[in-house]
Amino acid sequence: MSANPTSEITLTVNGTEETLEIEDRRLLVHAIREDLDLTGTHIGCDTGNCGACTVVKDGEAIKSCLMFASQADGSEILTVEGMEELPEAGEELHPIQAGFKEKHGLQCGFCTPGMIMASKALLDANANPSEPEIRTAISGNLCRCTGYQNIVSAVEYAADELGQTAAADGGFLDDLEAAVEDHDTARTDGGEPS
Amino acid sequence: MSSEVEELRHDEDGGPDPEANKGHGRGGMGEEVKRKEDKRFVTGRGNYVDDIKRPGMLHVEIVRSPHAHARVNDIDSSAAMEVDGVVAVLTAEDLAAYDLAKMPTLMDDVQDVLVSDTVRFQSQEVAAVIAEDRYAAKDGAEKVRVDYDRLEPVVDCESAMAEDAPVIREDVEGQADNHIFNWQTGDEEATDRAFEEADVTVSEDMFYQRIHPAPIETCGAVADFDPGKDKLTVYMTSQAPHAHRTVFSLVSGIPEHKIRIVSPDVGGGFGNKVPVYPGYVIAAAASYVLETPVKWVEERSENLQTTHFARDYEMTGEIAATSDGEITGIRTDVLANHGAFNAAAQPTDFPAGFFKIFTGSYDIPAAHANLDAYYTNCAPGGIAYRCSFRVTEAIYLIERMVDVLADELDMDPAEVRRKNFIPKDSFPYESATGWEYDSGDYERALDQALEGVDYEGLLEEQQERRENDDDKLLGIGLSTFTEIVGAGPGQQCDIMGLEMFDSCEIRVHPTGKATVRIGVQTQGQGHETTFAQIVAEELGMNVDDIVVEHGDTDTEPYGLGTYASRSTPVAGAATAISARKVREKAKGIAADQLEVDEADVVWDRDSGAFQVRGAPDQSVSITEVAGAAYMDHPMEDEPGLEAVNYYDPPNMTYPFGAYVCVVEIDRETGEIDIRRFYALDDCGNRINPMVIEGQVHGGVAQGIGTALMEEVTYDEDGNIHGGDFMSYLVPTAEEIPEMETDYTVTPSPHHPIGAKGVGESPTVGSPPAIVNAVVDAMSHAGVRHIDMPMTPDRVWAKLDEVGLTKDPADRLGAGASGTADD
Repeated sequence: MSANPTSEITLTVNGTEETLEIEDRRLLVHAIREDLDLTGTHIGCDTGNCGACTVVKDGEAIKSCLMFASQADGSEILTVEGMEELPEAGEELHPIQAGFKEKHGLQCGFCTPGMIMASKALLDANANPSEPEIRTAISGNLCRCTGYQNIVSAVEYAADELGQTAAADGGFLDDLEAAVEDHDTARTDGGEPS
Repeated sequence: MSSEVEELRHDEDGGPDPEANKGHGRGGMGEEVKRKEDKRFVTGRGNYVDDIKRPGMLHVEIVRSPHAHARVNDIDSSAAMEVDGVVAVLTAEDLAAYDLAKMPTLMDDVQDVLVSDTVRFQSQEVAAVIAEDRYAAKDGAEKVRVDYDRLEPVVDCESAMAEDAPVIREDVEGQADNHIFNWQTGDEEATDRAFEEADVTVSEDMFYQRIHPAPIETCGAVADFDPGKDKLTVYMTSQAPHAHRTVFSLVSGIPEHKIRIVSPDVGGGFGNKVPVYPGYVIAAAASYVLETPVKWVEERSENLQTTHFARDYEMTGEIAATSDGEITGIRTDVLANHGAFNAAAQPTDFPAGFFKIFTGSYDIPAAHANLDAYYTNCAPGGIAYRCSFRVTEAIYLIERMVDVLADELDMDPAEVRRKNFIPKDSFPYESATGWEYDSGDYERALDQALEGVDYEGLLEEQQERRENDDDKLLGIGLSTFTEIVGAGPGQQCDIMGLEMFDSCEIRVHPTGKATVRIGVQTQGQGHETTFAQIVAEELGMNVDDIVVEHGDTDTEPYGLGTYASRSTPVAGAATAISARKVREKAKGIAADQLEVDEADVVWDRDSGAFQVRGAPDQSVSITEVAGAAYMDHPMEDEPGLEAVNYYDPPNMTYPFGAYVCVVEIDRETGEIDIRRFYALDDCGNRINPMVIEGQVHGGVAQGIGTALMEEVTYDEDGNIHGGDFMSYLVPTAEEIPEMETDYTVTPSPHHPIGAKGVGESPTVGSPPAIVNAVVDAMSHAGVRHIDMPMTPDRVWAKLDEVGLTKDPADRLGAGASGTADD
């Protein structure tokens, strides 16, 4: 349609590889919402302040309104629509999604997908965060309805649920074994235990 | 009110009593039912306006003025039309051809949809580019050349009232200055007399700053004109879809039955989505003319800079009292900055909203308010941001002034409050300004709150810390506010002539499941759950068997919308009455099924079944009755089981609360740390405690934002500050503390289920509690007031003024101020 430069990019979104021919200036959030029709990711501010557009890119929570889609070429992206398909999701909702419902962590729901994705990145990096750690992790996401208290509870709920699932799967023992191995490696290398 | 409704308002079994009985296990009133709406939101399946996509849909980008006050000489859109994908560029001239260049505001003013000759505030709408995608629309907007002659802007009331001030609204007939209206309430003479005879009088100036509701979803619309049916459908971020349909019809001339307004999922409203904005009109007009779907969605800066602001009241409060703290009179003088158009959102006969509630929770014999409103070159508005039409400003004034009086008399602010509360046995109570308060028990709420925070212990701690010259100042702030919510009654309250009633239709299906349609809609309040709970309570059904629909004018009964905490007081009442109408009919069917006289059938709230009087084991459930209504109905009755009710409330409801805020102020930096926030709310009978607590959390968080962070200002050239999220500071999870909630229950005597509404109490009640706490922390040094937002620099300046600052060097020793020793 226009003379603006375009590129072909490949994104793996919620486990599915997608190839798009798009303008180089197209924001990742528009590619997700308008080209891939994944409208669970929202837009609330255009300046990176509100976090409604948060997705997990290559394991890290990012604001998809602050990145061109072409910059994300080749990356793996998880959006709220992919949460139910994750292995740790139960028959219905992922524990983080269930936490928001159980703990009344949402009202209008507009910030919720971004909050869920910020929480997902947090819990992947830190399975048992403290309340201040949760507050810091979601401090890039604005919510005008809940006063955040029940969102914090929702993330704590999810951490508990995920912890129990991991323990039931023998995850705890696996983790312990891995830790011992790290420790041994560190000693062999002469460094500090990690 | 019809006698039938009057009878149903007072249920024969006394109505629900959630205090005595926390529900019946079916998800009725008083139960913490998890929300029905949540699943779609947590899975990304919500459907907000910007999620709507239609084949051939075009996009609107609005060209906005960089100047606050300017003459538009020429708009050249030729270069814009050259841009790939641009379909049209609209100006006021184009809209005028369809008589759509101007639109009415809610307060009988007229606002330009697109500027015809004069820009009156920065970022006002000047032209609209319609294009095939949002990027092309933006490219086009960049190319629209507008030739302006700048005019002198006026950005505050003082400048607006100056004799040589430029007249901003020379387009209004007979308007020779910037004064919009003078409004007064109360008895001036009696009030003046109270002040003359008073032992003590106090006075304080305070500014309730300009703020913005800033819902996380901005405003937007998808207009979709169907030329085959001559029908215009507008999906829009609307808090009042029915009223908007009527307005669209009146403004456009399209017959009302050919317009459908759908308010899909809405990402927060808080009053921001009550008015009609130019963008909606542009999208609708473009769709109608181009016969194709057109989308307009604001960016955040457009939302903050042009859609309606809240507050902006400069107030002087005065109290007259006896020497032992009995308040004998209150008066106030207010300057209201309404911006470029008188577009405040409130009932027609209330140009200052419900500001006349400014006597608050207190029995004050004499009261008078005088208010002058002015046009300025600021964005228009004056909407009810999570409050019932200016009650927020009024309650801030009285709750601050009570503390000022306590300080003057060297009394405990709790004691002054207790001394002046409207006694619990004097309800219904008529206030000096003419409101009839329905019910209240303020002293019980205050006592419970003081005990809840160990008030005495806090006072002792404060004393000790002052004596020890502690690095942090401790302040304790109270707020014992009263809200006034639930507009109508229709004869008293209307919006553009539309009486403020509300409605509910219930259809019980043959298998005993029900569809409930309500005239209000939700922007996060949880109506799909709480309104189902009302029906579950009143029909003995399981809440899972009920679905609530809202927000579509083609299917829902007419209602005035969700704002000013009117959903539960008005539409909630309509829902209870509607359910009781269904129950009345069901009773006849039950009698037929039980083969007894109808007079011998009683409905048992606890089991939710119809029983033979005196023989409770002979009963039929609502499911059995529903089946019979369609398959075995009594021959003398109509089949089916449905009812509808349009409810015009006999009065408003008066929820109230007692809040305590405890702050610590860092004497080195002026930073405020909210150590505790305790909120006790009395909203009458409670529908869903979980939802209530969530609403209180959210409202207190907004109150904290107001008190500490949020403000929109204008420089002398009319440039806005606070026009994006980089400068308009909405609190994050790190600024909001853990909050404590509590409650008492004082049912509304006139509401069918005794409920009052709660969503806005915390936004109204929390700012004065926070300011009172901060002032209390500094009161021993003579501080009596500090304006919001209480940013660290403002607080530090105040500390410095009264000699309360501490130098970090004193704490860290000499090394701290010298060169680093590392």
